[in-house]
Amino acid sequence: MKPSPLRYFRPTSLPDALDVLARLGDEGKVLAGGQSLIPLLSMRLAAPPALVDINSVPGLDEITVDAGTLRFGALVRHTDLERSDAAFAAQPLLRRALLNVAHLTIRNRGTTVGSVVHSDPSAELPAVLTLLGGSVVAQSRAGGRQTERKIPASEFFIGPLESALRPEELAVAVEVPVAAPGEGTALVELARRHGDYAMCGVVARAVVEGEQLKSLHATYISAGDMGSVVDLGAEVGAVGADQVDLDALGAFARKVVETDGDIHATAEYRSHLVQVLTARAVRAAVDDAVNDVRKEAS
Amino acid sequence: MTEQVNLVDESAEELHDVRVNVNGTWREIRVPARRLLSDALRHDMRLTGTHVGCEHGVCGACTVILDGRPVRSCLTLAVSVHGHEITTVEGLTGPNGELHPAQQAFADCHGLQCGFCTPGFVTTIAAYLEENPDPSEEDATEAISGNLCRCTGYQNIKKAVLRAAELKRGGAEGQGEARQ
Ligand SMILES: Cc1cc2nc3c(=O)[nH]c(=O)nc-3n(C[C@H](O)[C@H](O)[C@H](O)COP(=O)(O)OP(=O)(O)OC[C@H]3O[C@@H](n4cnc5c(N)ncnc54)[C@H](O)[C@@H]3O)c2cc1C
Ligand code: FES
Ligand code: FES
Repeated sequence: MKPSPLRYFRPTSLPDALDVLARLGDEGKVLAGGQSLIPLLSMRLAAPPALVDINSVPGLDEITVDAGTLRFGALVRHTDLERSDAAFAAQPLLRRALLNVAHLTIRNRGTTVGSVVHSDPSAELPAVLTLLGGSVVAQSRAGGRQTERKIPASEFFIGPLESALRPEELAVAVEVPVAAPGEGTALVELARRHGDYAMCGVVARAVVEGEQLKSLHATYISAGDMGSVVDLGAEVGAVGADQVDLDALGAFARKVVETDGDIHATAEYRSHLVQVLTARAVRAAVDDAVNDVRKEAS
Repeated sequence: MTEQVNLVDESAEELHDVRVNVNGTWREIRVPARRLLSDALRHDMRLTGTHVGCEHGVCGACTVILDGRPVRSCLTLAVSVHGHEITTVEGLTGPNGELHPAQQAFADCHGLQCGFCTPGFVTTIAAYLEENPDPSEEDATEAISGNLCRCTGYQNIKKAVLRAAELKRGGAEGQGEARQ
């Protein structure tokens, strides 16, 4: 249970970090909070020749809200984002999701950007980013020239533990749109113990205008395809916010969301959870949206 | 001073000089990059109060306080803490050996049996009380939810969180009250 020998770099500026990553190419791996990477190293499931520790790179720990976008840097720890009132006001779903990520001690060190990049299908953040239509800001340097690209969530998650990020790229930040008026969100999951990875989880987003439901979408944790959004709104059609048939939606989700069995739950049980948790998440998201509409009106 | 026993031949590996403040004293160690902070504390610094259970972040036995926040020392590389401050369970005790409220509370409430998990609980609770000096019972449960104990069944540990808060707030007032 010890990592294998590796080389270690601790760049102290962003250009240096990008240069080291460019030089190392496939041989280098970014070390952020280490809360996913170090267990993999210790169990020898990963043995990268070199680590690039970004913890001393200045300027990566900022949370900003600007022009309808909430942005958090690569060194914003889960705890920092969860406690940021500005982030909560801009997009309440993040705090709701982060409170389900591991335990406080892990959140103190783990970064939210790292959790996105890690692309674990049983993690909360990839499902949240996909549902919100957020993106990953990736930077790299070649021949002394710095380039940046924004990768939308729909293209970022390729599969379990696989993302569109290239080895020489650093995810400097993640961006999500600020909540729209009448937007309601919820994350509902079931884990063996609170803080564990969920056996199944549903993230739902509803938009209500006046009394009418305008749209309704969901993404899934530990179920379904990574990076895909289920359009539940198309299934319910144009109805009042208080007329959503939750049972029918649960049954629909069970049909369209594929599940696999593993040591934690059978595929059958997961499908059952998809059904039940979809209904609960939709209820909570629609209620949240209705509350938002009332708040705006008063 | 005990002689260092080198269990692994690290002669071929690149070594890094790490300067870290542990329990108020700056220490210098020379370690390969792959050295976990838990091992650096226990082997290189001979501070064996920090325990290692699962070594992959699940049990909490190795919890130390890094720059004021509890973290898993088994999920941190020693090289990464260069220039930072760490408090281990040894550092919670006062200069004359007086127990920290979190330690005293474990004694008062019978919060330990074999004691293997205790250093991790005590560091977690000590850091928690700095931010939440007046936890409810529910808060107490949440505060310790990331730490595993195979002996006690947790009820007395939960009592110890509340007792520690009480001791911390009221100084030594009521000491021994909760002892049964
Ligand atoms: C006991 C335990 C329970 C957990 N439970 C949960 C849970 O319930 N839900 C959950 O979502 N997570 C859980 N986690 C994981 C935790 O959320 C991690 O913090 C997170 O997944 C990774 O963030 P990190 O900063 O620690 O990344 P690291 O471990 O440092 O890195 C993870 C991966 O991402 C890459 N990477 C990280 N940051 C960047 C970057 N900026 N640019 C490019 N590449 C990067 C690394 O190279 C590595 O491949 C748990 C972890 C533990 C130990
Ligand atoms: S030894 Fe670190 S969490 Fe178990
Ligand atoms: S007292 Fe034995 S594991 Fe907690």
